[in-house]
Order: sequence, then structure tokens, then C-alpha cells
Amino acid sequence: MTETTQSILSIENLDKSFGAVKILKDINVSIEPGEFLVLVGPSGCGKSTLLNCIAGLEESTAGDINIGGRSMIGVAPKDRDIAMVFQSYALYPTMTVGKNITFGMKVRGTPEAEQQAKLNEVATLLQIDHLLDRKPSQLSGGQRQRVAMGRALVRDPQLFLFDEPLSNLDAKLRVEMRTEIKRLHQTLGASIVYVTHDQIEAMTLATKIVVMKDGVIQQVGTPNEIYNHPANMFVADFMGSPSMNLIPAQATSSGNSTQISIARAAGDELVLNFDREISGLNGSGSKEVILGLRPENITDPLSIVAQSGQLADCQIDVVEPAGSDTFVVTSLGGKQVTARLRADAEVMAGQSASLAFDLTKASVFEPDSGARIA
Amino acid sequence: MTDISVNSVSSEKNAARIRLAQRIALRFGLYAMLLVFALYYLMPLFVMLTTSLKSLDEIRTGSLLSLPRDIDFTSWATAWSGACTGIQCDGLQPFFWNSVLLSVPAVFLSTLLGAVNGYVLAQWRFKGSNILFALMLFGCFIPFQVVILPMAIVLGKLQLAGTIGGLVLVHVVYGIGFTTLFFRNFYVTVPQELVKAAKVDGAGFFRIFYSIFLPISPPIIVVTVIWQFTQIWNDFLFGVSFSQAGTQPITVALNNIVNSTTGVKEYNVDMAAAIIAALPTLIVYVVAGKYFIRGLTAGSVKG
Ligand SMILES: Nc1ncnc2c1ncn2[C@@H]1O[C@H](COP(=O)(O)OP(=O)(O)OP(=O)(O)O)[C@@H](O)[C@H]1O
Ligand SMILES: [Mg+2]
Repeated sequence: MTETTQSILSIENLDKSFGAVKILKDINVSIEPGEFLVLVGPSGCGKSTLLNCIAGLEESTAGDINIGGRSMIGVAPKDRDIAMVFQSYALYPTMTVGKNITFGMKVRGTPEAEQQAKLNEVATLLQIDHLLDRKPSQLSGGQRQRVAMGRALVRDPQLFLFDEPLSNLDAKLRVEMRTEIKRLHQTLGASIVYVTHDQIEAMTLATKIVVMKDGVIQQVGTPNEIYNHPANMFVADFMGSPSMNLIPAQATSSGNSTQISIARAAGDELVLNFDREISGLNGSGSKEVILGLRPENITDPLSIVAQSGQLADCQIDVVEPAGSDTFVVTSLGGKQVTARLRADAEVMAGQSASLAFDLTKASVFEPDSGARIA
Repeated sequence: MTDISVNSVSSEKNAARIRLAQRIALRFGLYAMLLVFALYYLMPLFVMLTTSLKSLDEIRTGSLLSLPRDIDFTSWATAWSGACTGIQCDGLQPFFWNSVLLSVPAVFLSTLLGAVNGYVLAQWRFKGSNILFALMLFGCFIPFQVVILPMAIVLGKLQLAGTIGGLVLVHVVYGIGFTTLFFRNFYVTVPQELVKAAKVDGAGFFRIFYSIFLPISPPIIVVTVIWQFTQIWNDFLFGVSFSQAGTQPITVALNNIVNSTTGVKEYNVDMAAAIIAALPTLIVYVVAGKYFIRGLTAGSVKG
């Protein structure tokens, strides 16, 4: 009962190995009451393993997990005051929906009347009251997902754990359920740890995002921080769709101005002014860098956001109309670079067009380590 | 132009007709062959049945395959309650009940233990669980003869020699390898997340077993029960090795009836006795056979 923090969950220096293989390395995360933490990362990076460690379904190799200020070392899953929704939903196949939802209460010996009341409350909230007598095999994917949520909700725990709950749904249903989960979070004020490898889900749901790769946390931050100030090239590339352009370039500093020049297959280099300091350049000299520019920061000159842009003519290789926007692909620094133009921008593949580069939101990375340097 | 197209259409039709005829012929051949096989396998049963209903005179004078002239059940009655097994002449009846007393608990216990073992080996892996499973599998392939001597010593030490309880123990021990294999292979198809969800819900080892795993098990239980029942009911070697006069199973008694008759050989009684001894397994197959096939091919959980 150490009152060190008010955090619902705090993970300190957590390591997890399976045999000789280190899966999680020095994980430190904490969340405050009511926060929606999204763990995101590519497949196999250890997200489920971390969630299982929090739930107590896997024992951690080193470090500590506190839930509600209480150390969880040696505490069984059922005593951790958590509820979990699994990727496969893990509904008990021979029990009806109602029995699935009340199973936990039955095991814990909750009085029958209270079980019924809770069941009705949650069934109404999730709009599954008409399904209570069905077996899981008689439900659609979305309905199963709701039942799995219901089973977690009746528990009314300190902390909810969701392991990719939407990954088995089709695209349309996924968007619907995403909204529904967000609504639930807002109405219930619950604290949630949510695993996904879908970066759009992460951006839309989270109040705080943890980006993981190979069992190491790459960055912890709000969706805004993660999107606009990625800590390294991995985060920059992983978050956002289409992903950030990472363009090899040369940064040159002289006095109080910094220039970034990008090689082009045909014609002169593209030289852009950069008005922030690049660490490691110290006001003079020159350095290989990677310029990170999101597609929306390369636009056509007529769009409103192009005010702060620097114009340059570029050879357009591909034009991809996407309804609300038109994406065009050009080649810079030997890379395919995607720019996002207005839907009615007049561009043609194979021709040259004037593009506006907005470097106020650009990121600059060290080529070798991938770390952010501006 | 039109001629050619009409021609090609009709030749196509012809080809289709030929293909259809070929397929029918193939089917016909297949069924004919299956029928021959079925008759071949049913022949001994037919001979047993007809012989058991004939009188001794008729057996001696008639042909093996002919139908009985008068249907005569006396040999059945003799086989059930009058035939001599050595010095005792009570027929198969007491031994039939011995076999029931022996198989029912042995089947029940070996199935239950196999279910628990399979549940552990599939869902609660521990260090060395794969080695343990491999050893159990190995146990399935150990021939009966190898077990007899050590088993006799163990039964002696446990003071179970010559009792039905002792035979139950032998069959349970020998059967566990198979039953574990059946249940383990069934339960590995159950997603691990099911156990995890139940753990978070607060259920323990046995609660998860009987609330979640047993209810999905009927297909594999049927398979195991049929398998075990057939093995145990039909067993002769363990029965003859580990029983005494009062505790012999029906297979041993059948052997004694057939072998120990002095004077005239009563084929009709022998045949009736053999059918009586085989009847329970026959009934089990007829009643539950379709579940057997279904269970062997069933996955446990989808969705
Ligand atoms: N029980 C286990 N024994 C050994 N290795 C394991 C075990 N469970 C997971 N792993 C390994 O740990 C790594 C992380 O797995 P984990 O399931 O946590 O990935 P994930 O990030 O959830 O991926 P996904 O997005 O595909 O669900 C994988 O390389 C996996 O092979
Ligand atoms: Mg996972």
C-alpha cells in the first residue's frame, strides 16, 4: 500500500523472457485513472505478452507491475481487479451468451439477483439483450465482440485490458465498433489498456500511445506528440497513413540559417530553408540527415496550408485520386515521395508540377541511429 | 458456319453423355466391390448365427451354409445358464456379470483419467510435459505380454491378485495411454485464450475442466468409451492371467466352454456362447458407431 503514485497502472523495469529469448525489455509505463492507453507495434513485437503480464497470465522475468498502487508480484489474475477482452473473444462455446457474461460472477459467488441485475444493465448498454439465450456459434462477429465486451464490463474492474478486439471484424464494422468503444470509454470513464497493430485505431482511441518494436518501447506520448514529433524513424514510419516520407538529404548550416538540400534524378538539387536548429550541426558545417515530411506537408501551391510553403517544380510519376484528396508520387533523394494535393488539383503523370513544401512540421533524423535530431 | 457450330454442340453433348456413362459404370463397380467385401465379412457371423439355431443332428448332417430347418433356441439357453466351464455348469451368466463389473468401472476410470491428463497436457503445459506425453504414447505400443509379469508382482503386493478390482486396475493402467492420447489431441484444438479468459474470470483448474472442457467433450468421450469398452470386454490375456475361478471374465469362460467339453462337441452351444460374448460390443457399435466416426473427425470448438 505504498502511496507513491495515483496511477491505476504503473509498470517498472519489466523484463520478460521465454526461455533464452528476451521478448520484453525494460518496459516502463504508467497510466492515470480514466486514461486510454494504446499499445501499438508490428506483429510479434510483444504487445500481447505485455498485456498477459499485466493480467498475470504470464509471469514477468524481472521488474514490477502495480495496479491501483498495489504490487502484483504473486497475485493471481482473478485477484488483480482487471477484466480482459481477447483477440479471439474466447467465449465459452457451450454456454449461452447470458451464462458467458455471468460466469465470472457465478465463480466468485455473487448473489443470483445481483448477477441478473448486472447482466441486464450491461446487455442493455451493449444492445445484446435479445441475444442472451443464444450460443456463441449462433452469433455474428460483431455480436461476439459485444458479448466479449459485456463479459468484461460486468466485472466493473479498475482496469480493462483489450487485446486487438477489433482485428477479426470487417472494415466497416471495425469503424463502427471503434466509435462504440470510444463512446463507452467516455461514458464509463474507465481506465483501459488497448492493444492493436492498427495505427488508425491507435490515433483515434488513445489518450496516450505506446509504440513498441521488438519488445522495446520506442515512444510514449499523446497521439499528437506521436504524430507530429516522432522520436525516431520507426515511429515516424509506423504511424500515419500514407506514412511519412523519409528523404535522404544534406543539411548545411551557416550562421543563423540552415538549408536542407535533396538530390534529384534530373535537374538541380532541391534546396529548402529550415528554420529550426539541428542538433549535432552546431550552427556550422554540413551533415547527412533524413528529412521526414508527411504527405500533407507537401501540397499544391493553391491550397490554404501552402502559405508557409516553399515552391519547387517536381516531376510527377504517379497520380492517385482518392476522392477527398489526390495523392501524387514524385522522386526525391532517390526515394518515392508522396504528396497530398487538393482533389481538384490539375496534375498529370509524366508532367512537371509545382509543389509547396512546408517544413514547419518536418522532422529530421540521424541516418544511422534513426533518432530525431530536429 | 451454322453447320459447324451445330455439329460441335452435338459432339459436345455426346462427350458429356459418355462421361456420365463412365461415371455411372465406375460407381456401379465400386458398390459391387463393397458389397462383396461386406458379404465376405458377414459370412462368419451368418454361419455362427445359423449354427447356433440348429440342432446337433442337423449340424452333423446338413451343410455349413444352409439355413436351420427348425429354429431351436435351446443351445442359447444352455450357453447362458447350463454349459460347463470345467467342473462348474452354470453357463456364461456369472462370467458375463464379472465382465460387466470389470468393464464398467475400468472404462469409466480410464476415460476420466484420460480426460484430466489430456486437459493438463494440452492446456496446462509444464516443463517436461511433452516428454511425459511421449512416454505415455510409448505406453500405447507396449505389447500385453511384456506387462504381465511385472503386473502380477504389483497385484500381489497390493493384495489384489485374482480379484476383479485387480483386473480393473490393470485395464485402467494399460488404457490410460490411449485415453490420454485421444483427449489431448482433442483439447489441443481448443484455443489457449479460453483458459486465460476463465482464469481472469476467477475459475481454477478443476472449475475450468468441468465448466468449460467437459461440456465440449461428448464427441471424444464417445470415441474413448467405445474404444476402451471394446478393448476391455474383448480382452483375454489379462483376464486369463490375473483372475481366479470366481472372477473370470466372459472371454475366459467362453474359452473354457469351447475347450473343456468332454464327449460330443456341441457346436451350436459354442456358437451361441460366442455370440453372447460378442453381443455387448456389437450393440455398442451399432448404437454409437456413427458418433464414433463423427468424434474421430470432430474439431472441438469453432467460434
Ligand atoms: N509461450 C511462448 N513461448 C515462446 N515464445 C513466445 C510465447 N508467446 C509468445 N512468444 C513470442 O513472443 C513474441 C511476441 O509475441 P506476442 O504474442 O506478444 O506478439 P504481439 O505483439 O501480440 O503480436 P500480434 O500483433 O501478432 O498479436 C513473438 O515473437 C512470439 O513468438
Ligand atoms: Mg497479439
